[in-house]
Amino acid sequence: MALLEVSNLDVRFALRQGEVRALRDVSFTLDRGERLGIVGESGAGKSVAAFTLLNLIAKPGYIADGSIRFEGNDLARMSARELRRVRGNRISMIFQDPMMTLNPVLSIGEQMVESLKAHRRISTREARAIALHKLKQVYIPSPETRLDQYPHELSGGMRQRIIIAIALLLDPDIIVADEPTTALDVTIQAEIMTLLRELCEKHNVGLVLITHDLGVVSQMTQRTLVMYAGRVIEQGPTREIINDAQHPYTQGLLNALPQMTTPGSRLNQIPGSMPSLANTPSGCAFHPRCQYRYDASGQPRRDCLEEVPEFVTSGNCDVACHMVRDMLAKEAS
Amino acid sequence: MNAVAAQASPVTTSQNHAEAESLLEIRGMYKHFPLADGFLEQLHFEKGRLVRRNEQVHAINGVDLTVRRGEALCVVGESGCGKSTVARLVMGLLSPSAGEIRYDGQRIDNMRGKRLLPYRQRMQMIFQNPYASLNPRMTIQQTLEEPLRFHHPDWTTPQVQDKVDDVMASVGIDPEWGKRFGHEFSGGQRQRIAIARALAVDPEFIVADEPISALDVSIQAQVLNLLMDAQAERHLTYLFITHDLAVVEHFGTRVAVMYLGTVCELADTRSLFARPKHPYTQALLSAIPRLEDDRPEHVRLSGEVPTPVHLPSGCVFHGRCPHAMERCRQEVPQLIVTDDGNQVACHAVEEGRI
Repeated sequence: MALLEVSNLDVRFALRQGEVRALRDVSFTLDRGERLGIVGESGAGKSVAAFTLLNLIAKPGYIADGSIRFEGNDLARMSARELRRVRGNRISMIFQDPMMTLNPVLSIGEQMVESLKAHRRISTREARAIALHKLKQVYIPSPETRLDQYPHELSGGMRQRIIIAIALLLDPDIIVADEPTTALDVTIQAEIMTLLRELCEKHNVGLVLITHDLGVVSQMTQRTLVMYAGRVIEQGPTREIINDAQHPYTQGLLNALPQMTTPGSRLNQIPGSMPSLANTPSGCAFHPRCQYRYDASGQPRRDCLEEVPEFVTSGNCDVACHMVRDMLAKEAS
Repeated sequence: MNAVAAQASPVTTSQNHAEAESLLEIRGMYKHFPLADGFLEQLHFEKGRLVRRNEQVHAINGVDLTVRRGEALCVVGESGCGKSTVARLVMGLLSPSAGEIRYDGQRIDNMRGKRLLPYRQRMQMIFQNPYASLNPRMTIQQTLEEPLRFHHPDWTTPQVQDKVDDVMASVGIDPEWGKRFGHEFSGGQRQRIAIARALAVDPEFIVADEPISALDVSIQAQVLNLLMDAQAERHLTYLFITHDLAVVEHFGTRVAVMYLGTVCELADTRSLFARPKHPYTQALLSAIPRLEDDRPEHVRLSGEVPTPVHLPSGCVFHGRCPHAMERCRQEVPQLIVTDDGNQVACHAVEEGRI
């Protein structure tokens, strides 16, 4: 059994203008020590997916259907008390903006001790020793001094290191990281990502990494999930997705990267933009932007317009696309 | 969308280096910002005495740059390196503390008011955040009309309208959008409108400060294509500020790498990416997250970018540089021309140590 098993997750936000469906039929698993990337553009639902993993969806949002099984227990149906035992303890989270996550009026040490004491019966002295040890693990220079400093005294990269130290504080089984380096410079990003990967490998911690950067996914994860308009449209081993993407959207996303074309020539753009989740197109949500939405005679394909594509297996990847399904069927016959 | 989009745009190469004339020249530019503006803010209590201290942020420390006509000069660097300050100084949104800026041979940094007006038309700017750069109370039509009416007060309404229609078509804006307001559009569409506004007065030089950083990958490609089309069609010259090295590799004719207010390397794009010389450029390039699996480990820099309030002595990079020696701590390196015609400011490169 997988450590984390998400099945048929359906998350909605009941707004005055109507119901927005942020996640539809999202399923995936995470094994112990596995690193999974969730990629997509803004509005794809990847951050909602991250928050849902810890059942952090607040009103007007709610989990309409599906389950999040962690060691067999469904987080979607746990009481607040039971959830507190999991959150931060067994599954911890790293958010995008380190300044928003750290409490500005508490010293680094106080925040670390606070979360340790919330989960374990230990003295402040013991908690401080653990905190110090974790700061050393993330290579913070002069950690003793840092414990008594406040977040504003530290640089962005240093703060994100401290966030990682806090995420590791209670030796979790899974870390969910939502765009952990988007606010940082590229050299700092490289350092933080290498650190995160090394720590996950060393302590056999699972990682769910939410990002829009395909390069980051490629460097960090073993498996990748591509999301579009609230649905998973392709998932499989990262290398296979990067080298041989099947879904037209994943292909388009990869081909749009400047490094995929000769310098100076036109980039391969995907026309249009991501639809709003309040008003997703019928059938395959990608069909208005998809170059394969016409059949051989140039007519729009009815199935793309009307039917939500089911997953088909191509190689080691699961792809939700009518065109890929037809192609596979042709190959088989 | 438009006719130009269908065909490939010609590649701007750097082969005609020798005959390329300079359009913009920045010489010995410095820009300091006072840390405390008011008199009271400058007062500090030290050892029982009240002292007045006026500390400065040294944003730009002696920058020389030449933008050649027809090229896309990219300025890259991490946050706080002064790249956006360069853009703002060039556009006259800030005035330099020292040094001069020449546009087409004419000194513009000391010009004001009416005398600067013709240059304002020839140089336009595109900003990073299309949510902030469009006036929320103006329709798209008004946004595009404003620069035209300002720079061509003698134009008749039909003339202005023709030009607005023209520029809308050239960036792929639906004429229907004219009646709508900025907030009705997505980020990519807004950036298209901001580009249309810059192009409306037929500039020859465009300063773009991180124009695609706020956009999604698929939209970045659309906007970058638009900028390249506009360059080919209108023979534009770009000063392109960005932190995204993949974009630079694709778009730039030449690249200037900045660190803590100084240019540490200036080279044509191909040779910079193939053979980065400055240790900082090497570290920067190695940090790009690549799609390939087999890339070598990134160069780990020790420490962090020092504060621009108290600049390090000598080479500003010496504290983090793996090749730093005594000379680097003492003497500020100057840009030297290497055998391939590129420029690098590094003692180690000059002495042949690396």
